[in-house]
Amino acid sequence: MLNRTAENVARATPEPLARKVRGISDKGLAWLFISPTILLLLAINIFPLFWAIYLSFTNFRANRPNEVVKNLGFANYQRILGDQDIWIAMQTTAHFVFWTILLQTLIGFTLAWLIDRKFRGHAFWTTIILVPMMLSPAVVGNFWRFLYEPQIGLFAYAISFVTRIPPTDIQMLSNVSLAPWSIIIVDTWMWTPYVMLICLAGLRSIPEYIYEAAEVDRASNWRQFWSITLPMALPFIMLAVLFRGIENFKMFDMVNLLTGGGPGSTTEVASITLKRQAFESWRTGYSSAFAIILFVAVFGLANIYVKALNKVKQR
Amino acid sequence: MSLTTAHSVVAPSGTAKGIAGTIIVAYALISIVPLLWIFATSFKTPPDSIAYPPKIVFQPSIEGYCNLFTTRTRQTPEYINSLGPATGFCDETVRKRNMVIAGPSNFLPRFVNSLIIAFGSTFCAVFLGTLSAYGFSRFKVPLADDLLFFILSTRFMPPIAVAIPIYLMYRELGLSDTALGMILLYTAVNVSLAVWLLKGFIDEIPREYEEAAMIDGYTRLQAFWRTVLPQATTGIAATAIFCLIFAWNEYAFAALLTSGTAQTAPPFIPTIIGEGGQDWPAVAAGTTIFLVPILVFTILLRKQLLRGITFGAVRK
Repeated sequence: MLNRTAENVARATPEPLARKVRGISDKGLAWLFISPTILLLLAINIFPLFWAIYLSFTNFRANRPNEVVKNLGFANYQRILGDQDIWIAMQTTAHFVFWTILLQTLIGFTLAWLIDRKFRGHAFWTTIILVPMMLSPAVVGNFWRFLYEPQIGLFAYAISFVTRIPPTDIQMLSNVSLAPWSIIIVDTWMWTPYVMLICLAGLRSIPEYIYEAAEVDRASNWRQFWSITLPMALPFIMLAVLFRGIENFKMFDMVNLLTGGGPGSTTEVASITLKRQAFESWRTGYSSAFAIILFVAVFGLANIYVKALNKVKQR
Repeated sequence: MSLTTAHSVVAPSGTAKGIAGTIIVAYALISIVPLLWIFATSFKTPPDSIAYPPKIVFQPSIEGYCNLFTTRTRQTPEYINSLGPATGFCDETVRKRNMVIAGPSNFLPRFVNSLIIAFGSTFCAVFLGTLSAYGFSRFKVPLADDLLFFILSTRFMPPIAVAIPIYLMYRELGLSDTALGMILLYTAVNVSLAVWLLKGFIDEIPREYEEAAMIDGYTRLQAFWRTVLPQATTGIAATAIFCLIFAWNEYAFAALLTSGTAQTAPPFIPTIIGEGGQDWPAVAAGTTIFLVPILVFTILLRKQLLRGITFGAVRK
């Protein structure tokens, strides 16, 4: 009886009044809750971004803060687009991104497909496979230098054991043609589990009855894979490719510790070039312009990709 | 034909399962070898660690751990003999190599920095993230989708590109090489993940609970505190662990913005050197100590892993 009275009173009270009585309005509360995050991001991300845009039009050098800063207009951007080293770095990045994505998608999807056979103990082994991707790329990348060491390193030893090539000839980090592959191997080792996990979610999202219907229609296993499994898992595969693509485009830590961009500049991906220009040559204005170009490239690619992803999902 | 037989038709056969299982186990074992090798190397003596062929069976030693936590100086055998008896296992091991312990190394302070910065930034990111996620989940926020995309997009920026202006800004503000500066920076990076993950978790809590609480006379704030938060604990814990792992593993900002007092473990570990190059057992010991917490967290998190790594996009 009493409950019903309370309910009636609550219902009879006009909404705005009720809110006022209860203290802060919902709108006020919403802003109170959201604004600290937005303010922090404006201070730590957006303000520096605008500063970088300003610097990209100047000849400022962070190691000479007292020098007169000259406005250069678009000169930095023009120089970057004509700079041979920058183009080589972009090619190195593209090579790295292409091969890591390809290998990780192929291996990751295959592993997910096999795990989806649900053999005994699959949950345990899945957890074991996932471990490398949770670790620090820097700390683990650093240790791979030891594994790659010719002769005393385990990797070189294992390869020479299988191929009978003398272990001193397996110079993964100092051979110009092997070094780009050394970073691809470590990245694939670390991040294949990531692609695998997302693909597994995709495979598990396919309802069983579709396969049952295909069985009734006597579709071959091959046919089922190409017309059910792959198309239905595709949005997930593309999501994994999107995340890995962005991450590897800005790859820094693992490569910096493993090869430092060397030998020479054979593994100098965009982020390493940026670091060398900004924090070793101290060309702050020039490197800011390069940073802005990289931003635009990442956002552009991500946007195109997200649109494609939505199209696939709508199908 | 009954439904149960139709079901068994699509289930993989025994042989298929066997082959799949064998390949997966083989992959898992091979992929875990580098980690086992780190662990094994941390218990080798320096000569054993660089032996050819690589030693799989060896006499375990904690010399790597001794070297990790101490700095040592080389001395003449006469000087070492003139010293009193060794005061511990490490002392004894070091003396066998004609050296004496000179003092503690920087590893412990760097490790403590990592702890302070990781926990500090995780707390801030989860606190801000929970509030924002609730705001986005329950209220009509103008331009909500744009704001959420803006929050996520900050995560796409290449760290080195962000580091250039941050470096200058921190130099002006006196935040370079301070724990506070690193906490602020990691909070800003992690808050995007926290908002996206927590919004998903809070979306899953039915609104009816709060509405009931508010009819009972709770204010919106009380309803949030007493009904939503307790139900979001699992989500908050999972989010916190993801933030913790990111801050713990982060290298690029730490390497560029810290050099001394606030340096974390990831940029420090690669700089551990012995006489004539990298002291691999000590590096392996530092790496092992650094990785163990993450291994524990990975096992705790395995059910939420998928959600965390896709910003809540895949929920399963």
